[in-house]
Amino acid sequence: MTRTAAEIGRTEAGPRPLPDLLTQSAAVEPELVDTVLDNGLRVIAARRATVPMVEFRLTIPFAGERPEHAAQAELLSATLLAGTANRTMVELDSDLARVGAALGVGVDPEHLTLSWNGLVDGLDLQLDVLADLLTAAAYPEQEVYRERERLVSSISLMRSQPGTIAREALQRHRYGDHPFTREVPTEEAAAAVTVEDVRELHRTAVLPRGSVLVIVGDVEPRRAIDRIAEKLLGWKSDANAVEMPQLPDIAGGDLRLVDRPGAVQSQLRLSTQAVPRTDPRYPALQMANVAFGGFFSSRVVENLREDKGYTYSVHSMFEFTPGKATLILSGDTASEVTAPAVLEARYELGRMCLVPPTESEVDTVRRYLVGSLSIGVSSQAGLASNLAGLASVGLGAEWLWAHPDRLREVTAEQIAEAAAEFFRPTAWTGVVVGDASKLEAPLRGLGGVVLS
Amino acid sequence: MAQPQLHRFTLPNGLRVLLAPDPSAPVVGVSVHYDVGFRSEPEGRTGFAHLFEHLMFQGSESLEKLAHFRHVQGSGGTFNGSTHQDYTDYYQVTPSAALERMLFLEADRMRAPKITEENLRNQVDVVKEEIRLNVLNRPYGGFPWITLPPVLYSTFANAHNGYGDFAELEQATLDDCAAFFDTYYAPGNAVLTVTGEFEVKPTIDLVHKHFGDVTARPVPPRPSFSEPLPTTELRGEQVDQHATLPGLTVGYRLPDPSTDMNGYLAYMVLSSLLSDGDSARLVQRLVHTDELVIEISARCGLLGSSLDARDPDTFAIVAIHPGQVEQARVLGAIDEELERLAAHGPEADELARITARWAATLHGAHDRLTSRTLNYGSAELLFGRAELIGELPSLLAAVTPDDVAKAAKGLRPDSRAVLTLTPAGGDK
Repeated sequence: MTRTAAEIGRTEAGPRPLPDLLTQSAAVEPELVDTVLDNGLRVIAARRATVPMVEFRLTIPFAGERPEHAAQAELLSATLLAGTANRTMVELDSDLARVGAALGVGVDPEHLTLSWNGLVDGLDLQLDVLADLLTAAAYPEQEVYRERERLVSSISLMRSQPGTIAREALQRHRYGDHPFTREVPTEEAAAAVTVEDVRELHRTAVLPRGSVLVIVGDVEPRRAIDRIAEKLLGWKSDANAVEMPQLPDIAGGDLRLVDRPGAVQSQLRLSTQAVPRTDPRYPALQMANVAFGGFFSSRVVENLREDKGYTYSVHSMFEFTPGKATLILSGDTASEVTAPAVLEARYELGRMCLVPPTESEVDTVRRYLVGSLSIGVSSQAGLASNLAGLASVGLGAEWLWAHPDRLREVTAEQIAEAAAEFFRPTAWTGVVVGDASKLEAPLRGLGGVVLS
Repeated sequence: MAQPQLHRFTLPNGLRVLLAPDPSAPVVGVSVHYDVGFRSEPEGRTGFAHLFEHLMFQGSESLEKLAHFRHVQGSGGTFNGSTHQDYTDYYQVTPSAALERMLFLEADRMRAPKITEENLRNQVDVVKEEIRLNVLNRPYGGFPWITLPPVLYSTFANAHNGYGDFAELEQATLDDCAAFFDTYYAPGNAVLTVTGEFEVKPTIDLVHKHFGDVTARPVPPRPSFSEPLPTTELRGEQVDQHATLPGLTVGYRLPDPSTDMNGYLAYMVLSSLLSDGDSARLVQRLVHTDELVIEISARCGLLGSSLDARDPDTFAIVAIHPGQVEQARVLGAIDEELERLAAHGPEADELARITARWAATLHGAHDRLTSRTLNYGSAELLFGRAELIGELPSLLAAVTPDDVAKAAKGLRPDSRAVLTLTPAGGDK
């Protein structure tokens, strides 16, 4: 049997009609308690008993204005698990492993985050280890200095990643030297951090007041919170965890071309000022952004990837910071099609203003957002991450459960208004990172690009 | 963990169907696993299985280009596909109201995918961008999953680059696509999996309704990819234009899980024992005590997932180390730790901790509908037993210190591949 591709693509019966969607049953809101403990720590506990596990997300506001803050914070996060007054590094990991847990520590210019999951049977031991870390982290001198060396030598590795280079260029382009831009420390700054710096930073900045602990799993929320309150009794301070100072609004303008000699692919990172979730325009803007570049069936993906083949992955998403939000369009393209991709991205921005999403685009976007919300909260890990993300900008579960209705109420006109307001090409700016010897001439021809 | 009751049946056209209902959230997962991966692609057509995966999203008799994405996302769902050594999977996870629509989408492209010259050329470009992104333009891209196989294996099937050479991708023709589809995408060569919130009886009817008239075609005989174990230490080198620190991969062969599942499970446990957490053997020794490496990991399975391929598959230890540390010291320390484990085995307590972590990891994967759906489907396809997924926590807990010692003993210096990555990237 040898068939051609054309023969494979048709049957005698011909095309068939698409089945309808049935009526969707709603997700059941989990039993949930959201409270503030005496030490100022906000705890959100939710029950989802699908597997005998618990998920934890601890978010501590952890900003700092001092230039050396980023390097100190990086080393603190890298050595928080290096031992406590009561446990060596190996004992910490062994105790966590005993209850199936592996704890991840992360830091960025805004937050220190601890996240893990573990067997629910071992809840008490997980909380013991957490309390030990928060109140008695030792930062053993030997470990801190070893880790410092590793950090110094890994910085060049981090900085060789195109994604890191592009992110750094975008941050500098948008915010100059604001603390928000200091993500990967310099080798010099990392090499200068002392063990005293790290211990001092822990004392002054790893604080419960203003921080949020989310726990989701096979637990009864009230009892889980009582256990947490009891175990974290010793973690206290009158001071508040440090929030990042508000960011300035970004203004539209020229793209900056950042040279990366020898690169075979360029990174496009375009950005504009948006509005946060609490703004009445947010649901309409969220829907406009999805139609623009927020999912696979968006205008940008259908044009740049599926029609032109310029890119494997391109997407537009929100970045939320305290009281603010921006949109970032990211995509990577081969050098020879970088300038054409910039042209198409600008075209799609302009088209959002002039040709707003159609009724069918709006329907698709609405169902997509409502559906992804229900998928997103259908696992313990997904629910925990959603709650933690909302809590870090001061919102709670009620925002999440009310959001499907908010999305259902948005009209096509409101989306058109949001599109016209936020997708004006002149309101966007950004960076192109790539081999300038190949990119400069075509981008110069296009205009609106400066070489840094 | 609470396992859903599994239901399985086979359609007259040979399609195997697995249903795993679970009412805990109003979402469903639908996946199709085809029994063909990049090991089966023809010589001169490296990367073809993956390219073909892309083409399966480009429209079918009832669905124009882009319609698949719009119908999944317009139902509130997510989708993807991926190409492995021995299989290619496609999935949709959506609100449960879209179940029939998802079955329709998968059936339509199993029956009559619309593969055109224009879409083929477009997807060759997209795949090339994917390779630039994941391999050519990043440090350690494809290290070691693309660069280790040609050192450890000798046959084309096992050794070649599954992402493909650009020149060979560009040569792909519509006739190649037609032959590949007719050979490998027969309904009898696939497993359909449905998980999540649905009623079993009506869903069986829906499967018959949509997949029943996909025409049966002969199922290709499954080739054996087996080849002899290395009889010496094989050496290979690569230069990485973007990396700034040297890399080292030591690759070994795993037991065949279809004939020696217990032997294979011992390597899953061993991989965690070696590199999962600060208390793991290689991390303690090479990262913390001797400070020989920046990072080190041991992985069971070429692509980093265990039980993801038939025989032969790869156990790999991957390290990134400072330039001033000689590779021989890193390799020496790894060998000493393996010898110690081979001679004395792990402590009982150490083993219990590894088992608890595995249980937690497996529970976590079970709780996410996407991974649950894909794991059931691949276990059913590769091993004929989706039940394996639910049994794994207890099977791993039954691995003894002697089993682990024996596994460690199997990682012999005279039967392995050593791949050196030399960095050529500077500060830019």
